[in-house]
Amino acid sequence: MPIEVLMPALSPTMTEGTLAKWNVKEGDTVASGDVIAEIETDKATMEVEAVDEGTIGKLVIEAGTENVAVNQVIAYILEEDEDASALDNVSASSEPKKDAAPAKEEESSKEESSDKAPASASSNAAPVSASGAIERSDAEPRAMSVMNATQDEKTYTSFKTQTVREALRDAMAEEMRSDENVFVMGEEVAQYQGAYKVTQGLLDEFGDKRVIDTPITEHGFTGLATGSAFMGLKPVLEFMTFNFAMQAIDQIINSAAKTLYMSGGQLGCPIVFRGPNGAASRVGAQHSQCYASWYAHCPGLKVVAPWSAADAKGLLKAAIRDPNPIVFLENEIMYGQSFEVPDDEDFVLPIGQAKIEREGTDVTIVAFSIMVGKALKAAEQLAEQGISAEVINLRTIRPLDVNTIVRSVMKTNRLVTVEEGWHFSGIGAEIASVAMEHAFDYLDAPVARVTGEDVPMPYAANLEALALPQDSHIVAAAKAVCYR
Amino acid sequence: MATTPKRKRGTTRADNQASSDDLLKYYREMLLIRRFEEKAGQLYGMGLIGGFCHLYIGQEAVVVGMQAAASNEDGVITSYRDHGHMLATGMDAAGVMAELTGREGGYSRGKGGSMHMFSKEKNFYGGHGIVGAQVPLGTGIAFSYKYRGENKVCMTYLGDGAVNQGQVYEAFNMAALWQLPVIYCIENNQYAMGTSTQRHSSSPDLYERGKAYGIPGEQVDGMDVLAVKAAGERAVEHCRSGKGPYILELKTYRYRGHSMSDPAKYRTKDELDKMRKEHDPIDMVKKLLIDGDIIDEAGLKDIDKEVKAEVAKAAEFAQNSPEPDVSELFTDILIDA
Repeated sequence: MPIEVLMPALSPTMTEGTLAKWNVKEGDTVASGDVIAEIETDKATMEVEAVDEGTIGKLVIEAGTENVAVNQVIAYILEEDEDASALDNVSASSEPKKDAAPAKEEESSKEESSDKAPASASSNAAPVSASGAIERSDAEPRAMSVMNATQDEKTYTSFKTQTVREALRDAMAEEMRSDENVFVMGEEVAQYQGAYKVTQGLLDEFGDKRVIDTPITEHGFTGLATGSAFMGLKPVLEFMTFNFAMQAIDQIINSAAKTLYMSGGQLGCPIVFRGPNGAASRVGAQHSQCYASWYAHCPGLKVVAPWSAADAKGLLKAAIRDPNPIVFLENEIMYGQSFEVPDDEDFVLPIGQAKIEREGTDVTIVAFSIMVGKALKAAEQLAEQGISAEVINLRTIRPLDVNTIVRSVMKTNRLVTVEEGWHFSGIGAEIASVAMEHAFDYLDAPVARVTGEDVPMPYAANLEALALPQDSHIVAAAKAVCYR
Repeated sequence: MATTPKRKRGTTRADNQASSDDLLKYYREMLLIRRFEEKAGQLYGMGLIGGFCHLYIGQEAVVVGMQAAASNEDGVITSYRDHGHMLATGMDAAGVMAELTGREGGYSRGKGGSMHMFSKEKNFYGGHGIVGAQVPLGTGIAFSYKYRGENKVCMTYLGDGAVNQGQVYEAFNMAALWQLPVIYCIENNQYAMGTSTQRHSSSPDLYERGKAYGIPGEQVDGMDVLAVKAAGERAVEHCRSGKGPYILELKTYRYRGHSMSDPAKYRTKDELDKMRKEHDPIDMVKKLLIDGDIIDEAGLKDIDKEVKAEVAKAAEFAQNSPEPDVSELFTDILIDA
């Protein structure tokens, strides 16, 4: 059988083109790679190369012909042992070959299975299951039966008082003792003992092979640590602050978060990106940003934000053990604050579960990181005014503990979200959506968002205080949703 | 670091001859890449391959020569012009082609495409789409070798376009500082997409880009598989002996455009024709084989037929393998903790 030469598509969108010129004539011998024709597309003139070798048996389409459809036969090449009589059996069809590009044929069958197909471009609304819960990724299982109680934390009998800083250090040290693959890397983590002293003592115990000072080179060391995680090492990468991780966000998203998917599950990335996030105190706009919603936006990452020392210890241990890339958002102001921490090497908190820090009946306040403390203070003030507020400490931003939030809203019927970051596409916006999707009929007031003001962080003390959410804002928002 | 002598400016030629079996092997491997890429171009033209498709035609001697210098245990990582690297590491042509067509039988089950394929088994770590991003990643793979005390080397490929990305130098610095076993293989095909090296690089000698970090570099004729192999062996020896990173600038040429939809109007036809006629890496080995009476034309024809059959089989598999099941949309996002 003579070899068919088809009109090629030279871009993903090309459907037809002009066969401008033949560079060969019938009877010419061609080899793979020889330019046989020129084709004009809407963008450019492109050369067509022979893929097979042989003799040009027939030029089916004349030079100069316009609107030649993609996949139409434009010529026949005779193989070595064929002569022109082989062409008698072929009909110079002017129809494009039907067997190419099979994807289009399957549109009808896709239609039929659309109930199985998850949220696609054609449907922005996520499908709702019989239980009223939104079906999402299998890879991100959520306890969707909203009537199930959240699993209680393991109860411990022995506690010790620790700062958040010490808790983070202990979490790293314990995991390094139990797993040789765990190492700590970042700027000033070793000899300097940590820019914020979080890695204090680690160099002494584990040596410079496992506690590694890097140059100031965020983009580079993030890529390097990610590459090592592809090989099964478990880096705990400290950013001096998450503001500097913006230099490295390409490696965090494009390399760490996406490679498992792009490799069809072959290459995992067990890495923890940790460091202080959000505003410290009077450090100006470039050192005072909350990145929770940036990272929470991306599939392939988990995003954790501890508040207390117990959160910090239990969640960092869980993050190091987790086989996925984790963004672990700490807060500099919290480092020196003390809390009770279970005195037990097995103390680990589950990623993906929020904690009700204070029970209440009138309004739900959802917060994370340093804002949990402010929400608790606000709840005290609200109690004095006769409003019983329930305070949820999210602990994990992604996967979000929808269950705990929705259950609380079904009880209180009112919701206030609190975050330090900006409101636009913020975590509060996501939580408000979740409440609308799952508890629309239970809401007695629109959800209120307390967020940082929509400005770069100012330096002046008075302006900085105005830009950040305060207890009073939370109290005001809670009263507003209670119509008081 | 400074004790390692740098090769003289100029192009290193092969200084040792390979065995007959080796030459035949390189011929076959380069031919497989070329025929595979020609077939990929054809399938792209038929609409069976979508999106971006960057062909390696013309550059075959680079990866085949480097793999000849490496062991099977060594790692390989590259950017998006990656089909040749995958075939050279021994990945199955059918699995690669089926990934190009976005089918279940592809290395990433159709979820990666031309630019994103991996094989842990063959120590091939992608397939990365952001220019230069694979350089710190490859340096991290080398870091893991050193951390675990494994005597392996990571071949980290980058193009002449990538040498202007900042993260490349961040990686160079750490690799030299920590003496990591990584070979930076700069495939200088003379065009960063459509911008020639003269127009994008303040210095034409890319092998000197590690100078500031004390990383030795060599410029090599990347169209000559034996020259590449010889230089690769020096680089591998340097890394394995614990002396840290090494840079090879492999001067090569891509015959096709940057991607399938690039008409390559930024260079002359004469330039391309000259390369094809006078410096083709496959023709060069073919001549050595014939002149050395290692094989005759009929023997070469048999190899051609075998390679063609392998590619045809791959193309057939790639067209018959089904599209991934719709359930695949939601798998491999996170590993169950």
